Amino acid sequence: MGKIEWAMWANEQALAAGLIYVTGGIVGVAGQFRGWQFAAFGIAAGVFVCLLEYPRSKRGKGTSVERTGQYCFTVCVKAFGPLTRNYYVRAFLHAALCVPGGFMLATVLGCVCLGIASLIYLSAAIHGEHWEPILPRTEPPKRVGDSIKEPPQNPPPRPPPELRRKKADKLETAAYDNPMSVTVNE
Amino acid sequence: MVSRGLPVVTVFPGLLYKPNPFLSCGFLQNCSATLLLIFLSTQHDIMGNFAANEGLSIFVILVWLGINVFLFVHFYMAFLVDRYYYTRVILGHALSWARAPAACLNFNCLLILLPVCRNLLSFLRGSIQYCSRTAARQLDRNLTFHKLVAYMIALHTAIHIIAHLFNFERFMDSQLMINNSYLPYVLSQIGNNGNKSYLNPIRSNETNPTIVMFTTIAGLTGVVITLALILIITSSMEVIRRSYFEVFWFTHHLFIVFFIGLVAHGIGRIVRGQTTESMAVHNPIKCHTEFETWGQSGTNCPEPDFAGNPPKTWKWVVGPMFLYLCERLVRFYRSQQKVVITKVVMHPSKTLELQMKKKGFKMEVGQYVFMQCPSISQLEWHPFTLTSAPEEDHLSVHIRIVGDWTQALYTACGGDKTVVLDAWTLPKLAVDGPFGTASEDVFRYEVVMLVGAGIGVTPFASVLKSVWYKHVQENKNVFTKKIYFYWLCPETQAFEWFADLLQSLERQMNDKDMRDFLSYNIYLTRWKDAEAAHLRVQYEAENDPITGLKQKTRYGKPNWDNEFSAIATQHPGSKVGVFLCGPTALATALGKQCNSHTESGTEFIFNKENF
Repeated sequence: MGKIEWAMWANEQALAAGLIYVTGGIVGVAGQFRGWQFAAFGIAAGVFVCLLEYPRSKRGKGTSVERTGQYCFTVCVKAFGPLTRNYYVRAFLHAALCVPGGFMLATVLGCVCLGIASLIYLSAAIHGEHWEPILPRTEPPKRVGDSIKEPPQNPPPRPPPELRRKKADKLETAAYDNPMSVTVNE
Repeated sequence: MVSRGLPVVTVFPGLLYKPNPFLSCGFLQNCSATLLLIFLSTQHDIMGNFAANEGLSIFVILVWLGINVFLFVHFYMAFLVDRYYYTRVILGHALSWARAPAACLNFNCLLILLPVCRNLLSFLRGSIQYCSRTAARQLDRNLTFHKLVAYMIALHTAIHIIAHLFNFERFMDSQLMINNSYLPYVLSQIGNNGNKSYLNPIRSNETNPTIVMFTTIAGLTGVVITLALILIITSSMEVIRRSYFEVFWFTHHLFIVFFIGLVAHGIGRIVRGQTTESMAVHNPIKCHTEFETWGQSGTNCPEPDFAGNPPKTWKWVVGPMFLYLCERLVRFYRSQQKVVITKVVMHPSKTLELQMKKKGFKMEVGQYVFMQCPSISQLEWHPFTLTSAPEEDHLSVHIRIVGDWTQALYTACGGDKTVVLDAWTLPKLAVDGPFGTASEDVFRYEVVMLVGAGIGVTPFASVLKSVWYKHVQENKNVFTKKIYFYWLCPETQAFEWFADLLQSLERQMNDKDMRDFLSYNIYLTRWKDAEAAHLRVQYEAENDPITGLKQKTRYGKPNWDNEFSAIATQHPGSKVGVFLCGPTALATALGKQCNSHTESGTEFIFNKENF
């Protein structure tokens, strides 16, 4: 069992938290609850968190499994450079985003889940992990060997036909014999 | 499957844990279906086989969904009665929307513990097998059912929470609208003089729903168990489960917190309705309009009294909790039993064979065990197919070294050392099992075709050995006269240990002059150019250059049409059992072949889910 990469779990938790934040926010706004402004913030924060967390990071060891259609999100998240790469930033960002959710019942659950995700990200950051985009691999073009500069113009020299004919009963000696010595073209 | 060092979840290559349905726990409910399907399956009709396999699963799912729907509707309606009239004045239908999923949650929390009691299931399987093979096979889909019930719990939790959000809001509203001509406010003031006959659990207007939630038992336990549920679900995602088993396993134990909180959730009796005594003297339908004069002299309507419902969840879950506790005790007991490694064989293709002895261990062909090595990891139990036959005096597994756990096991058994290790230096192991439906159907046919794809050939090792032992020991009583064995493999490396087995079988068959008993065909479906060149050159050699067997390895995929026709002409008038352990595409192909080659005379019966 490999060493745990906390970021993988933090990512799942944060994505779930984002969805819960959004749901709580929608209920708060649709039901016109007291403090619905916090719910509206919850919707916005939840959507933002979901977009940020949707692209999975490349794993340090092992194969990374992409989420469906995450490539465009990867490109967007990658564009922010060190802000999204560093997990300390993410931990503090999630902690900050979750605080307003605590002021209203509908978003409290989203707040707590996001807070837990923030803690796991903090743990990931302390362990030195960072976010790597999963990009499609481009095949390096097939390189022809350096020793081949130009194809030969003439066929290789052959001995006259009498020497070339193989004797049926002497199969071991019937291999093709070069009349001239051949050196490897370095 | 022998092992890829994968954690507990997958057992066989795709076949048993495909998105196909699930397990049955309610056997009594399925009795009639089972009887019908026993009848169908004994007819050996291929369509009957399909109906027998999938039909039972689909039936189980429909019954389960039906019970969920019934409970939802029943409890929704149960809160539309007059007793809750005043509660509904404040809450509206949100009360029913909260209580209905609560009932479904009780039901599903009852069910969720049962599919993971694998020793209990094993015991049930043993008993059920005598009635119906098919029903027994449903038990192998237990983890899929566990996940399905978990998703249902998550869904109902969501509905329950959203409904309660509305409930809290409405309760708060009715405390804040201070107006004696407003019925919800009047209702909320009942019980202000200190007795327990209040309706509104929010007792003051100087609070807010969040504070109330954290200061009531129901609210606090609700938050705790929801958090536990969310953490369990996020750490059970396939990515986390496969790569970081320990996180999954540790977090999953939050279910203990979940169940304790679930039982405690209703203690506060926060759902309140009118008491029966009050209903006798105060009819809400008649009296609700006169709320401004309740209890005053000269009216027919005294003040209504309210009381909370006693907690009922414990009645649902106490049984399964007890069963699960027994299950863990059984597992612990089994893990304490001594398992002695009698032989360690390092096969060249990164395969480790362990032969072990455990007192009182009985197995059948095609079953698997869970193994644990405390010196490597206290938590991890990994499943491995048994490659020994029941007739042997030891149990053996072949383990492919592909992950950390298997690598550590390899090192612990002295894989990287050249000297032979002493017996007492070998690691202590624990074995739980055997699990899985026995594949004894193989022995019921006179002619058998066994098809294994890649690593799916492992259960067949057990089958082949067992058939051989039966022949040697009880010569006349063995019904099976001829086995055609097909092994489709993408690479040569996995051949080696199985080839050893085939070689020794080949030798023994020659000694006993039973050369024709087993006919095996190994198909290499992928190869590199360099290997192909080598193979072309070795074409004339007596033994196959890859396997060392007398029968040559073939290349590409078998032409099933030809194979089936050849077998049909060889064995006219007999029933041929076709057994497969491999991918679904192959299963469909073989199923079609069975159908098309079954003529008057030879009958091909396809058994897909045996392994």
